[in-house]
Amino acid sequence: MSLTRRNALALGSASFVVTLMPLHAFAAKDETMAVINSFTGGAAVTNGGINFTTPEIAENGNTVPIKFSAPGAKRVMILADGNPTPGVGLFNFGKLSDASGSTRIRLAGTQDVIAVAEMADGSYVQVANTVKVTIGGCGG
Amino acid sequence: MAKARVKAPKTAAAGELVTIKTLVNHKMESGRRKDGDGNLIPRKIINAFSATFGGEEVVSASFEPAISTNPYFQFSFNVPATGDLVMKWTDDDGSTVEQTKTITVA
Repeated sequence: MSLTRRNALALGSASFVVTLMPLHAFAAKDETMAVINSFTGGAAVTNGGINFTTPEIAENGNTVPIKFSAPGAKRVMILADGNPTPGVGLFNFGKLSDASGSTRIRLAGTQDVIAVAEMADGSYVQVANTVKVTIGGCGG
Repeated sequence: MAKARVKAPKTAAAGELVTIKTLVNHKMESGRRKDGDGNLIPRKIINAFSATFGGEEVVSASFEPAISTNPYFQFSFNVPATGDLVMKWTDDDGSTVEQTKTITVA
């Protein structure tokens, strides 16, 4: 393709649209932090303490298998910080449960998937895994 | 409304950790997709799941649109004694699906 005036304009406007999109379409990190804060009530969150399994590369963002196990946890929240809204699911575990679970989630693109757990003693732990997504799964 | 499929063991030893696999046929419409005319398709998902065993809570969960189509959920718990595992899914429109599995402690 030769770089005519018409082509140059088309390229320019296309890249403009591309750079604008992430701002509108996806949840900001701040929003994810705000959700975590409302879950923990502002308490400190330490890293580790959850076995959180996610694929390194997900070919299809429509169904990404995840698995978590946080022995002794009362509640576990899963967040995806690159989705239009960060929330994925909130799980409350009773005494009979071993506080583990697995499900399939949608991811709009490559991003961090975060598991935050409230332990029986009231402390909070979190684990963040990066998942590379080849085809996003949020429609639109 | 949706149809639920549950895989659970029929028998277990007392205190044994059993794994339950559940799957519901449901579109989980995220509310972000558009139809052919460019109109947003309204959100319709299963927003809550709960499981109790013998009346005691095992797990309850709230789901967001980021849960995939045909929501699959697997969980484990210790079976204290013979009892019924009652699982319930709640749709955005208020309808519910219930499934009961009896686990016998031999």
